[in-house]
Amino acid sequence: MLSNGHTEASGVIFHIMRFSLHDGPGIRTAVFFKGCPLSCWWCHNPESQSFSPEVLYSVDRCRLCGDCAAICPHGAIERTGERMTVTGDGQLCATCAAACTAACGAEARSVAGRTMTVTEIVAEIERDVVFFDESGGGVTFTGGEPFAQPELLEALLHACRARRIHTTIETCGAAARESVLRIGGLADLILYDLKILDPARHRQYTGGPNRNILENLEALVAAGRPVTVRIPVVPGVNDGATDVRAACDYLAPLGLTRVDLLPYHRAGAEKYQRLGREYRLERTAPPPAAAMAAIAAEMEAVGIPVKIAG
Amino acid sequence: MTERVARLRAGSLETKPWLSLERARLLTEFYRTSDAALSIPVRRARSLVYLMERKTIYIGSEELIVGERGPAPKGTPSYPELCCHSMEDLEILHTREKISYTVSDEARRIQAEEVIPYWQGGSMRDRIFAEMTPEWKDAYAAGVFTEFMEQRAPGHTVLGDVIYRQGLLELQADIDAALGRLDWNGDARAWDKQQELKAMRIAAGAVIRFAERHADLALRMADEEPRAERKAELRRIAEVCRHVPAHAPRDFHEALQAYWFVHLGVITELNTWDSFSPGRLDQHLAPFYEHGLAGGTLDREAARELLECFWVKFNNQPAPPKVGVTAAESGTYTDFCNINTGGLKSDGTDGVGEVTWLILDVIDEMRLLQPSSNLQLSKKSPDRFLKRGLEIVRQGWGQPSIFNADMVVEELLRQGKSIEDARAGGISGCVETGAFGKEAYILTGYFNTAKVLEITLANGRDRRTGKQIGIVTGDPREFGSYDELFEAFRRQLRHFIEIKVRGNNVIERLYARYMPAPFLSLLVEDCIANGRDYNDGGPRYNTTYIMGTSPGSVTDSLSAIRFHVFDRGTASMDELLAALDADFAGYEKLRLQLWNKTPKYGNDDAYADGILRAVFDAFHDEIDGRPNTKGGVYRVNYLSTTCHVYFGSVTGATPDGRRAWEPLSDGISPTQGVDRNGPTAVIRSAAKLDHARTGGTLLNQKFSPRLVEGESGLEHLAQLVRSYFKLDGHHIQFNIVTAETLREAQREPQKHRDLIVRVAGYSDYFCDLTPALQGEIIARTEQAGF
Repeated sequence: MLSNGHTEASGVIFHIMRFSLHDGPGIRTAVFFKGCPLSCWWCHNPESQSFSPEVLYSVDRCRLCGDCAAICPHGAIERTGERMTVTGDGQLCATCAAACTAACGAEARSVAGRTMTVTEIVAEIERDVVFFDESGGGVTFTGGEPFAQPELLEALLHACRARRIHTTIETCGAAARESVLRIGGLADLILYDLKILDPARHRQYTGGPNRNILENLEALVAAGRPVTVRIPVVPGVNDGATDVRAACDYLAPLGLTRVDLLPYHRAGAEKYQRLGREYRLERTAPPPAAAMAAIAAEMEAVGIPVKIAG
Repeated sequence: MTERVARLRAGSLETKPWLSLERARLLTEFYRTSDAALSIPVRRARSLVYLMERKTIYIGSEELIVGERGPAPKGTPSYPELCCHSMEDLEILHTREKISYTVSDEARRIQAEEVIPYWQGGSMRDRIFAEMTPEWKDAYAAGVFTEFMEQRAPGHTVLGDVIYRQGLLELQADIDAALGRLDWNGDARAWDKQQELKAMRIAAGAVIRFAERHADLALRMADEEPRAERKAELRRIAEVCRHVPAHAPRDFHEALQAYWFVHLGVITELNTWDSFSPGRLDQHLAPFYEHGLAGGTLDREAARELLECFWVKFNNQPAPPKVGVTAAESGTYTDFCNINTGGLKSDGTDGVGEVTWLILDVIDEMRLLQPSSNLQLSKKSPDRFLKRGLEIVRQGWGQPSIFNADMVVEELLRQGKSIEDARAGGISGCVETGAFGKEAYILTGYFNTAKVLEITLANGRDRRTGKQIGIVTGDPREFGSYDELFEAFRRQLRHFIEIKVRGNNVIERLYARYMPAPFLSLLVEDCIANGRDYNDGGPRYNTTYIMGTSPGSVTDSLSAIRFHVFDRGTASMDELLAALDADFAGYEKLRLQLWNKTPKYGNDDAYADGILRAVFDAFHDEIDGRPNTKGGVYRVNYLSTTCHVYFGSVTGATPDGRRAWEPLSDGISPTQGVDRNGPTAVIRSAAKLDHARTGGTLLNQKFSPRLVEGESGLEHLAQLVRSYFKLDGHHIQFNIVTAETLREAQREPQKHRDLIVRVAGYSDYFCDLTPALQGEIIARTEQAGF
């Protein structure tokens, strides 16, 4: 409870990363919201997708000491061969204080996601104000999907604006129009992910429709919000001639000031293992620089101000 | 770089350091034959005359700046009056794998037949060890502290602007005036002052004579030189050497040569720690550069070539060979001359000028171990100065390092220096703050705070030997609170600091009495006016330092005890002590808790950083402000050179989960690999230390090359530096090299001979480092961008 009788907004955050250099201008602190309506195959933060806390397990660090099994209040951990496994569907972990992760000195078990209040999050953000001031940086709310926890996002944006901290939202766009326009209007910059224009293949690879995403983007642009579109270029998924042409046709008329191409990378592959999940792009390699350049050139040719990031 | 410079540089790089017994032989000859009734200062000064009159004069075939300390480049003398090497020492120097010096059979013969018979038992090293108490010797043997003056003379000496204003002849006139002012009936020390001043006068003459001998040789060489161009150069060299340092320099060339002769005078007189340094070289040279340009007698390229020839001279002088603990605490060929650039002028305006840019180009092009170099970055310094420096830094050979010039001023002001003297100051050695040309700021030894904690946990015993060397502060198993433990640690700290200070006070007097440095003294302001030696309180300011080490390891260890034993009860004190005694054998689970599940310094964590401040306060408050024997006081600074490796090698397992004998944390950097929240967190943690109350701190950061690529990479580095300095940090330096590259260099050293890395306040060839230190550098957390 706050002194004015209201309950302070809070939400589930899975990571706060300082010295983030690639999600907006300057030196930034990235606040990762947990939970996303999409579940893209290439997602490099698979622990961001579920709205509940999850336990990650690195078998290579595990010393098989069994402390986690001994401490688990649900008795849900047991040794299977050369690894410790969680029995049941893992839902027990979602509501657990994860004592097993605290007990694990080898750091084989770690928890992704904890409930934090606005005050707690802002205190973390404020630590690096001197770096923001010096670099023109600030905070980036990312995820997961920040718009999926709208009350938290709105309260954080207000708190940061009051402190004159530059704010950026990184979004997949799959959110209610009203939230995107009203809450998005509080941010200094929106990084807007665009994946696949073809609705069926969008659904196939991301688990959700793209119509709402596209309409939200159009609405933001129409409202004059500062938007940078970011396209992850995933070989075999959205780098084909048809996909690139569709992106060109869609983006050119929007009159954006900046479009970033993000080459697919495999940094997150190992995390799927730790979550006990399947990585469906096991055989996909990062796109060669020449391929990225060719896509960029095609976009530039139709007047899209494109940059290759990464 | 010109072909001349390229050849001189290559020659310097290819020549292996070798031990020259010329100085030792001449000095011994002098002391055997000279009048023992002479006062000590006068006899010392006469010995310098003897050396400078007789030592081999060397002028290299293409050199423009001339003069060597030894008979030829990389010929490194010994100083038997300070440390008389045994025959075993010479064998070790010759054969040791790292930092070796070739010792010829002839050198061994001279050492055995002439040097040892005269000096054995009578060197400063012998005197010092004879005077130290059993408590001091126990603590020294246990590795609680080191002693800088046991093989080398007091140093950390930086020249101001005096030689650019006055020639040595004019300084002799000042000395004569001071002699004339002596108050024979009112000043009980009048005779001492007279002897010291006479000695300074004689010493000035010795170095003038040394320069003249170069002029003579240059003329002889010119007569025999068939090539007209070189003939003219040699004649010009002769003219320069005839003029400086007897007279004040008239142009850029003479200014550099004047400094170089004075440098050689200082480092021939005694083996001063950190050799000698020109300090604010860019500011000293600026008037000569501008004058030369305006008069059409100099252009930028000619100035650059002269500077580069000057640079090679530094690289030709490896640190005189060290043995024993001194070699372990400072295992490098580098002799720590550190050129300051930028900063402030004494009137408080920005000191960056044309010569600054020129010097940065020279640093970039020369890539030499010596001299070391740094940026003095003030809030008034332009960003392009910082970025130009960082462009060099990111090439990954560790130079230049970066200092907060405004903080240096604040530190000096706090110590009572005038604002003008503070602004004209800077740093020398690794990170040590001083008022250039006006201060003797003597570093006396590293202090192993982690070892003191270990002794506290063993109730005064050295766990390695079982010997009771500390005071009884109670069995830690009986402590009811963390505060009780910390109080015991504080008392143990005081006990060993008392021992160190007592030893220092004796050693200071031994040097004041037996080892005056009259030549150095006449260059440092107020020594002439005071009629007192540099080693006897002559300078305007006299500071004695004890260097704190490894606050990271100590903080993490105390944090681990507080967190796991007193807060959480993860382990009992009994269990923890048993684990430490066993070096964690059978306690791996506990070790992992201690290592991974403890709030650690370097993560912007209030719990750990609060302990850091308490550790700093305990160390600082015990030392700062104590009087030394020279009218000055004690101060602290935080650096470790290679001493954290030596101290680690004598310190058993620590409560932070570090295994026995492994390196401790370096400088004020976090323990290797425990900083996990990125560089901004490290910077915020390090800034919680009160740098203003130190005489310098050292923060190392390792970055992957990818992070600093391109203009944005440069900007991010610059922003980190500016932010740290806004938070009142003293110094930061970067290693831009991947751990993978370093491992590769370990595997195949022959392919990576040129790999220079930042160690701790200086850079060194990676392959010259001990395996322990190599491992330590690899273990430092490599910061990546996210």
